Formats: sequence, C-alpha cells, structure tokens
Amino acid sequence: MRRILVGIKRVVDYNVRIRVKPDGSGVVTDGVKLSINPFDEIALEEALRIKERGGAEEVVVATVGPADCQQQLRTALAMGADRAVLVQADGVVEPLAAARALLKLVEREQPLLVILGKQAIDDDNGQTGQVLAALWNRPQATYASKLELGPSSARVTREVDAGLETLEVDLPAVVTTDLRLNEPRYVKLPDIMKAKKKPLDTVALAALGVEQRQQLKLVRFEPPPQRQKGIRVKDAAELVEALRKKGLL
Amino acid sequence: MSWKVLIVAEHDGAKLNVSTAKCVTCALGVAGAEISVAVCAVDAAAVAAQAARLSGVSGVLAVENPANQHALAAVLAPQLVALSGPFTHVFGPSTTFGKDLMARVAGLLGAAQVSDIMAIESPTRFRRPIYAGNAILTVEAAGDGKIVGTVRMASFEAAGPAATPAPVEKVAVSAQLPAHTRFVSVSAARSDRPDLQTAARVISGGRALGSAEGFKILYSLAGKLGAAVGASRAAVDAGYAPNEMQVGQTGKIIAPELYVAVGISGAIQHLTGIKDARTIVAINKDAEAPIFEVADFGLVGDLFQIIPEIERLI
Ligand SMILES: Cc1cc2nc3c(=O)[nH]c(=O)nc-3n(C[C@H](O)[C@H](O)[C@H](O)COP(=O)(O)OP(=O)(O)OC[C@H]3O[C@@H](n4cnc5c(N)ncnc54)[C@H](O)[C@@H]3O)c2cc1C
Ligand SMILES: Nc1ncnc2c1ncn2[C@@H]1O[C@H](COP(=O)(O)O)[C@@H](O)[C@H]1O
Repeated sequence: MRRILVGIKRVVDYNVRIRVKPDGSGVVTDGVKLSINPFDEIALEEALRIKERGGAEEVVVATVGPADCQQQLRTALAMGADRAVLVQADGVVEPLAAARALLKLVEREQPLLVILGKQAIDDDNGQTGQVLAALWNRPQATYASKLELGPSSARVTREVDAGLETLEVDLPAVVTTDLRLNEPRYVKLPDIMKAKKKPLDTVALAALGVEQRQQLKLVRFEPPPQRQKGIRVKDAAELVEALRKKGLL
Repeated sequence: MSWKVLIVAEHDGAKLNVSTAKCVTCALGVAGAEISVAVCAVDAAAVAAQAARLSGVSGVLAVENPANQHALAAVLAPQLVALSGPFTHVFGPSTTFGKDLMARVAGLLGAAQVSDIMAIESPTRFRRPIYAGNAILTVEAAGDGKIVGTVRMASFEAAGPAATPAPVEKVAVSAQLPAHTRFVSVSAARSDRPDLQTAARVISGGRALGSAEGFKILYSLAGKLGAAVGASRAAVDAGYAPNEMQVGQTGKIIAPELYVAVGISGAIQHLTGIKDARTIVAINKDAEAPIFEVADFGLVGDLFQIIPEIERLI
C-alpha cells in the first residue's frame, strides 16, 4: 500500500510568550497552550493532499511523547489522517531517540514517504528528519516548498540560503517541510467527532527496543539578554541625523 | 584529553563561504583544540588553499570526488564520517547547507548534535538559543562520544588570515556513496546587492510594502546605502520578495551593524533573526507595534513618505 508516515511533535503553541522558570530548570509549560508543531501541520497537510490526489492510500501520524499527546494525535486524525500511533515516552526525547522510534515505525509500516517538519519550534533542533534518513539509509529532502510525487521518485524544491534548489530523490525518502509548502486546513467540528472513532495505537518506546538515553544534559535555562529600549525620533530628518551621529550613515 | 575539531567547509567549488571562517572562530572556543577543515569537492585545490589561510586552522583535508559536484547531504555525510575518526568534535555552519548535512552526519555517527552553538563554555558545554531565541539553554555532552555541532553564524566573527598557511593533505576516503539523491537545479536570484548574511547594513520590508513593486523603494534606498535587502515572512509568503530574503527564526539570522525594519510588526519569529544587530531602526505607522520594543531608533509614520524622504536626505 502506498502509505505516508507523518511525524508530529507536541510543542508550546507559537503564540505563547515564553517565560523561563526563575530557578533556570526549564521554561514555564504549566497551563500553557500546547499544539502540533506548525511545521508538522504542514507535513500532515501535504500528506493529505497527496492522498486526495490519489498519490497515496493511507496517511499515518505518529508522535513520540507522553500519554497526553493523544490530544494532538486526535487533532491530526480530525484533520484527515487515517491512523495514529503514540510511542509513549516521558521525559526528554532527543532527536536521535525520536528518529530511532520513527525508524521502527518505518520498518513496520513500510511507507513510501516520511514527512516531518524542518524543525520543532520548542528546541529548534532541526535534526530529526536528517537523522532518520541517515539511520534508514534513504534520501532526505529538507526545507521543502514544493513536492511532486512520482511512482518511484519525488521532485522536491527546497528553500536554501541561495534561493530554490530542486532535487530528485528515489522513494522511499524523508522530506522535511518549510513554511511555504502549503497552508494547513482548519479542523471542522464533524471531523472531530469522526476522529474519535479512528484507530490510535499506543506502544511504549522501550517496547520498540529504543533506548531513551539522553546524550545532552540540560544544565541551565536563561532568559535572553534584553535589548535596551531606544528612543523615538519625530521625523526622517531627525533619524538621519541620529544615525549620522552614530557613524552609521 | 586532547581535543580535535573537524570543520566542514561550505563552498561553491571555487570560493570558500565566510561561514567556514566563523566556524573556525567558534572552534577556537574548544580550549587547546587542534582544528582541521574538510573540503569535499570535485577539485578541492582552490577552496582548500583558502581554508588553509584561516588563522587557527592547523590542517586541511581535501577529499576529491566527482560525486561532490553538488553539496548533497546524503553524498557528503558518509565521507565526513569516514574522515571523522580521530576527531572529538565535528562542526558545520548553521546555514541551510550545514543544518541539512550535519544532522545526517550525527545520525550516521549515532552522536548527539548541538544545534546553533552561540557560545562554548567548555569543550563539552555549549550555549544555544531555543524557543526562537526566547530562552538560552546550556547543554553538557557526556563527552564519551563525538560531539556534532552547527555554529550560529550571528554569534561569531570570521577568523582572520594566518601568517603562514596550514598544510593541505589530499585524503582518499572509502565510503559507499548513494545514487538515490540527484541534483536537478538551483535558481538563485542574481543580485548586485550585498549578501544578506554578511552585509553591514540591512533594510527589511514587511507586509506593509504591499507588493513586489512596493519593495522597489527599499531597493532604491538600499542601493544608496550599500545595504542588503531582507523581508519578513509575511512579505515572502505574499510573493513580494523571494524566500532567500526572509529574516527570522526560519529564515536568515543576521547581525548587521544597522538593521532597518520597514513596515514590519516585530513578531518574535522575526525578532529572533535580528537580535544581534548592533543598531535597530523601526519605521512603522502603528506606535504600539512590538518592533519598537527592540528598536534603538523608532519612527512612527507612513513608510511610503518616510523612505523617499530619507533617501533625499542622505
Ligand atoms: C513557525 C513560524 C515561523 C516563522 N518564521 C518567521 C520568520 O523566519 N521571519 C518572519 O519575519 N516571520 C516569521 N513568522 C511569521 C511571524 O509570526 C509574523 O507573522 C510575520 O513576521 C509578520 O510579518 P510582517 O511584520 O511583515 O506583517 P504584519 O504583522 O502584518 O505587520 C505589518 C506592519 O506594517 C505596519 N504598516 C502597515 N502599513 C504601513 C505603512 N504604510 N507605513 C508604515 N508601517 C505600516 C503595520 O502597523 C504592521 O505593524 C513565523 C511564524 C511561525 C508560526
Ligand atoms: N518526539 C517526536 N515525535 C514525533 N515526531 C518528532 C518528534 N520530535 C521531532 N519530530 C519530527 O521531527 C521534526 C524536527 O524536529 P527537531 O529535530 O526536534 O527540530 C518535527 O517537526 C517532527 O516532524
């Protein structure tokens, strides 16, 4: 079956103002809105569009995280995914552990395509897709802004520093999404009801045979240095004058 | 413990990217480390010679292979893994080239990667921004395996020239290179303007510019100032500016002397890209716009009047 696997991570919603805990042990997440990582919504949207065009038959979403990530998986099912898998793990899941877990699912599900976000907006690591592709020994096409799926290969346009690069990759492959790949759909109320009946499997990370060893110890969280508030100038002339004085013009 | 850092050179086949010199400065933070630069190319001579002239570099490893015509992560990663044997750290730049490649290297090595290193506190302890720069995290690697890192470009100056060039060694690596990934094309907008990532002055436009046509007033002012032009995500999404101009969390992170934000509201994802700018100027018609919180000089008003006026005054 032509199947697409989408990895989603639950993160602090991008609208939340991040505050570092006074003791430096983390950022405040209690009572804070948690959502699907925005890049992963784009990944799911792309998978759904491919399926709707007839390029795939099934879309499976997976997340590695604590039990209550079920909520985000339900949202993904409401968006249109067919099935969900929760790989249950508490505590820090580093990209390597997430990729190893996803690889186990890849072996089980045999997808022709895995679509992940280019980065999770909490840790801003931007690693998991590439690590998975390395472990799987398959192609990677990161930062995708356009994806054309053929029978046995895909053409991916990537947003790179120089502009736009196009690669051709054999399938199966890993693609990671950039912001301009698509605009994710909104979830409609009836779909939320329907999603309740869709299959959501749970498996423990350890049961997949993946070790959750944390390689990087989180020593200290700090707020970033604040920029000093500047001054208001009244018009263009005053601005030009001020910049001249600072030697900037 | 003796530390050895391998830096992956970014280049276009002829010219070494300045990102490599910044990685060298970062690597100097690994106290007492011996620093080597790996140049993977079809013909590495020219680029290797440039790398050898960076102060702090003690050797250049040149790996030549026709498969290195284009920088494909899947092709480069196995070669770097083959080279990495004696090294304790493998660093690359936090550019799209380095981010794409280094995590694949880390995956092959089963190593931890520290993304976006902004400071090195010890050979195993690093500081990096998370949550779009809204928190700074210090991480400590166990130190029992290789440490892979990407270097945040806005945090380091480029290494200067060396008094005498370091030796260049041609190395043959035996690594199986995949054919499953093929380069098709790259469309880079040709521009005579300075490069966004290295320019001393940057003028960026937001949604308020209204059209690609609207951006012309910025190009005109930038031309007069010798400035590069950037854009907010909203401006890029709307098609007013190409993607390589995007500044911010998911675009380019820059640190110019002067940054002028024109018709940009100042969302955190945008601010994270400009926090290291020396001086920030904001021009916005909304006096409450969050961009004014970080601006050294704020001017409230209509950009379509102000920008031409500034151009007349300079
Ligand atoms: C995961 C994620 C990643 C993101 N990454 C980035 C990123 O890398 N870079 C980025 O920029 N954004 C990024 N964003 C988007 C960001 O949140 C904002 O939506 C975006 O920066 C807004 O762009 P803007 O300021 O141009 O538009 P707006 O927020 O619409 O602001 C336009 C501003 O122009 C002003 N204005 C209007 N008319 C005039 C006039 N005539 N004269 C003067 N001022 C005027 C208005 O007062 C307003 O402040 C990201 C968002 C997400 C969710
Ligand atoms: N715990 C996880 N579970 C599922 N997918 C993940 C997880 N962590 C990361 N990913 C995927 O990998 C992408 C990049 O994450 P990161 O490497 O953490 O920045 C995310 O956008 C997700 O698609």
